[in-house]
Amino acid sequence: MSYLELLRCVVPELILVAAALAALLADSTMRGLEARIRFAIGGMIAGAGCVAAAVWLLLAPAHALAPGGMLVADPLVRFMQIAVLALTLLTVLISIESDFTAHVGEYVALILVGAVGMMLLVASEDILMMFISLELTSLSLYILTAFHKRSRRSAEAALKYFLFGGMSAAFTLFGLSLVYGLTGATHLQEIAAAIYRQSLSPLLAVAMVMVVIGFGFKVAAVPFHLWAPDAYQGAPAPSAAFIASGSKVASFFIFAKFMMIAFAGAEGSGSWHNYDPGWAPVIAVVAALSMLWGNLAAIVQSSVRRLLAYSAIAHAGYMLLAVMTHNATSLAALIYYALTYGLTILGAFAVVAVVERGTGDEKLSCFAGLSRQAPLVSFCMLIFLLSLAGVPPLAGFFGKFYVFAAALKEGVPDLGLLWLVILALGMSAVSLYYYLQVLKQIYVAEAPADAAALKVSPFSQLVLCLLGMLVVLFGCAPQLLLSALSTALKTAGL
Amino acid sequence: MLAWTIYISFLGALVLMLLPHANARASRAAAMLTALAGLAVVLAGFVQFKAGRMVTISRVPWIPSLGIEYHLAADGISLTLVLLTGLAAVAGVLFSWNVEHRTKEFFAFYLVLIGGVYGVFLSFDLFLLLVFYEIAIIPKYFLIAIWGSTRREYGAMKLALYSFVGGAMVLVGLICAYVVAGATTLDVAELAKYPFPLSFQMWAFPLVFIGFAILAGLWPLHTWAPTGHVAAPTAASMLLAGVVMKLGAYGCLRVAMTLFPRGLEPWGFHVLGLGSWRDLFAVLAVIGILYGAMVALVQADFKFVIGYSSVSHMGFVLLGLMTLNRIGLSGGVLQMFSHGIIAGLLFAVVGRMVYDRTHTRDLAALETMELNRAIPFAAVTFVVASAAAIGLPGFSGFIAELQVLIGAWQAFPTLAVVAGIGILVGVAYTWRAMQKAFFGDAAGDASPRQTHSPPRSATKPDSPSQRHGFDAVSLPERVGAAILILASLAIGLYPQLLLKVIVPSFDSPLFEWLKTGGTR
Repeated sequence: MSYLELLRCVVPELILVAAALAALLADSTMRGLEARIRFAIGGMIAGAGCVAAAVWLLLAPAHALAPGGMLVADPLVRFMQIAVLALTLLTVLISIESDFTAHVGEYVALILVGAVGMMLLVASEDILMMFISLELTSLSLYILTAFHKRSRRSAEAALKYFLFGGMSAAFTLFGLSLVYGLTGATHLQEIAAAIYRQSLSPLLAVAMVMVVIGFGFKVAAVPFHLWAPDAYQGAPAPSAAFIASGSKVASFFIFAKFMMIAFAGAEGSGSWHNYDPGWAPVIAVVAALSMLWGNLAAIVQSSVRRLLAYSAIAHAGYMLLAVMTHNATSLAALIYYALTYGLTILGAFAVVAVVERGTGDEKLSCFAGLSRQAPLVSFCMLIFLLSLAGVPPLAGFFGKFYVFAAALKEGVPDLGLLWLVILALGMSAVSLYYYLQVLKQIYVAEAPADAAALKVSPFSQLVLCLLGMLVVLFGCAPQLLLSALSTALKTAGL
Repeated sequence: MLAWTIYISFLGALVLMLLPHANARASRAAAMLTALAGLAVVLAGFVQFKAGRMVTISRVPWIPSLGIEYHLAADGISLTLVLLTGLAAVAGVLFSWNVEHRTKEFFAFYLVLIGGVYGVFLSFDLFLLLVFYEIAIIPKYFLIAIWGSTRREYGAMKLALYSFVGGAMVLVGLICAYVVAGATTLDVAELAKYPFPLSFQMWAFPLVFIGFAILAGLWPLHTWAPTGHVAAPTAASMLLAGVVMKLGAYGCLRVAMTLFPRGLEPWGFHVLGLGSWRDLFAVLAVIGILYGAMVALVQADFKFVIGYSSVSHMGFVLLGLMTLNRIGLSGGVLQMFSHGIIAGLLFAVVGRMVYDRTHTRDLAALETMELNRAIPFAAVTFVVASAAAIGLPGFSGFIAELQVLIGAWQAFPTLAVVAGIGILVGVAYTWRAMQKAFFGDAAGDASPRQTHSPPRSATKPDSPSQRHGFDAVSLPERVGAAILILASLAIGLYPQLLLKVIVPSFDSPLFEWLKTGGTR
């Protein structure tokens, strides 16, 4: 295989890298200009890159190109790559009005490089490639977290994120090396073939647990979640949004894919009646803990960002439910959930960013009386938070319904996963409480008398409206995503 | 065509959101027009309806890969409740004519709530039903938390969480039913045909039933109701007691009892003399009747009296459902309608006519105000409403509770007697509240209670109304009260008007269980 062929496999990624370099270059030629204008130009370049890459993905002939099986390009992977690109584009859009940094070019470039990592991550079917792209994503995200250089919190958050991330990378690598040792293969299908012949040995169990721990850090599941609240609180809002949306979508997809393909046959069962050792029960425990702790800890938060962080942990719990169900329907449910969750949390962080620019902080009390100052922004926040709580007709409701239906369908007729579904729905009732706390500030509480009028630029309003409409649209017409997903899943052979 | 009730309400809410902030009159007019248009559609649908039929309004695939349809339909039961919603919506707007604080948002939330309620009553796909059911939760929260009074944030949050927990229980039951039946449909009629295993129905039935019954005020899960009703602004408490509690009862009948009829069969053993879920819920309903009435008897707050009376009257609905015979069931449905109208009227008197003028709901304080002379219209309305509430013949409450009692007499003779005692206590608390609020002793003027009288007291009184400086009863209030009283009288004098629509509905295949296992 020549290098030219290799490059042809990764054209969309190359487009993004080119866009990142162009943004860096363009920014370096106009240091004198205002940050606002530079952000606009950098954003345009990044947007053009994302759109071009997405167009390429849509138009290029679907050829299963696999240099030694490193990367795949089936319709499912394409779908995920387009999703990552869309989330990246939206992240860039919500960061355009930021004022936390003068290093605009670097910021935009890092977002794009992170996106390249995520695109490679979802395409990889080889544990080496997987690990490298995981690291590429993570390293970009660490720097993005630290990007607010004048803020101590941002630095603290980045350091915590980095240390935890490094640990988790070590766990992942340890687990993967055990897998390699057990099977002598690095490709997922070959690993699966080798593992299928073995019984559940202690070594395999350790390998599986290590992999779960590694990915558990990545998706912020309890008890590997400790970095999340600090990172969400300290990072610049668009960075936090990117961690919660794009990175989460890609990580969850590869997590599910890895477990489903590589460890097929070693699932075990997390059913209440017939527990069976394997990786599914491990994830069941992690999911249950995430739902419990995420929702309960969110209740007492006074910072909206921390509240969103704990709610993200809880949502990771719901999504893990889909991972452990491990069939085609649950994978579709997982992708739908992760994607709509990404859109929603992007919107929520965009609103947080708007409020922060206006009031200088993101405490609950800073949101008081927002609905009188900025009705449109408040209405968008209403949509995002209610979607997170799972109120119909918003995307979050159908996502939950789909995930739970898939989970229960797996256990018919004895409904073995009912205990997890009941826990999840009970906890989602708890979650309504804290989302309503935020909405209460926005709609019920009066703004403090000395509050300065909040100015929201038309551009921010436009982006928020777009996100809000997407959340409503995917909630009212989930078929839009589902039909694309189901064809992709069928051709991918799942 | 009935589907337009839903669309009109949501469109009205959308229009309201786009209106300019300052213009309260435009908001009122828009809300009124929307409510009237909804009522007009309902009446047209009611006239065209042929008893015993089930009208499919719209049925298109919605999420085909999961077998979920956008299926709106109406049988006599839904039609009755849709009619109630239309009436309550119009009356509610009339009684909130004086909302000046954030008027636009008030009516926008109000109309979203109305639209959700219409949607629940017309949905015959369970997913759709649940969507509308939960759409209705959020506006309730804001209506109470923003425009409410006593402990509004507490009451609003309690109501929202109770409803949401109920919704979650229903969701668990429905998803289970969905996957057990093969995950191909969520249509009510299709799932009702599916023979769920007995063991499954035995736990799914109480789960879904209780999930809905929380909203219907089933004792001991009723505690959201009094606090929510009291905290809510007038229009919201009218809707809450008038319509939203019916959502719960309707869900019990339409979903829990239709899908899992065998959950009503005997357990095969007895605990404390109760041999089935049916016995248990019937007993809880009767406890609710008695408990609500007794607690209403000792309340010091006028609105709490009405709040607890709602729990008591909703007990009759649930008891009617548990009789599992035709007369009891149709009585239960009629009671939903009747209580919706009467509770709306009572809350309108207490919240709008009395509280907005006197700024107190303390019965002891009201006693000193001679309200029968100060606001004679309110006094007359309350007397009429009380007569309807205690089941005086000629009003809708009489025929509805009578039917429930006859049905209960056939199914649970002992409980029927106890429920009858509940009616007597009902007379007592209504009488007491009426006496204290409107026909208090004016001689009390000299007593220390004087301190409770409102600050707006004029100096030189020549009539009680002017002495207290109360505004005259406005035209919207008069019209609203007239609509509700006429509705109750119409049904009371000619119950066939609704019964001929309700009763044949029980012949539909949805209620097959009535013939087979239901009646003993």
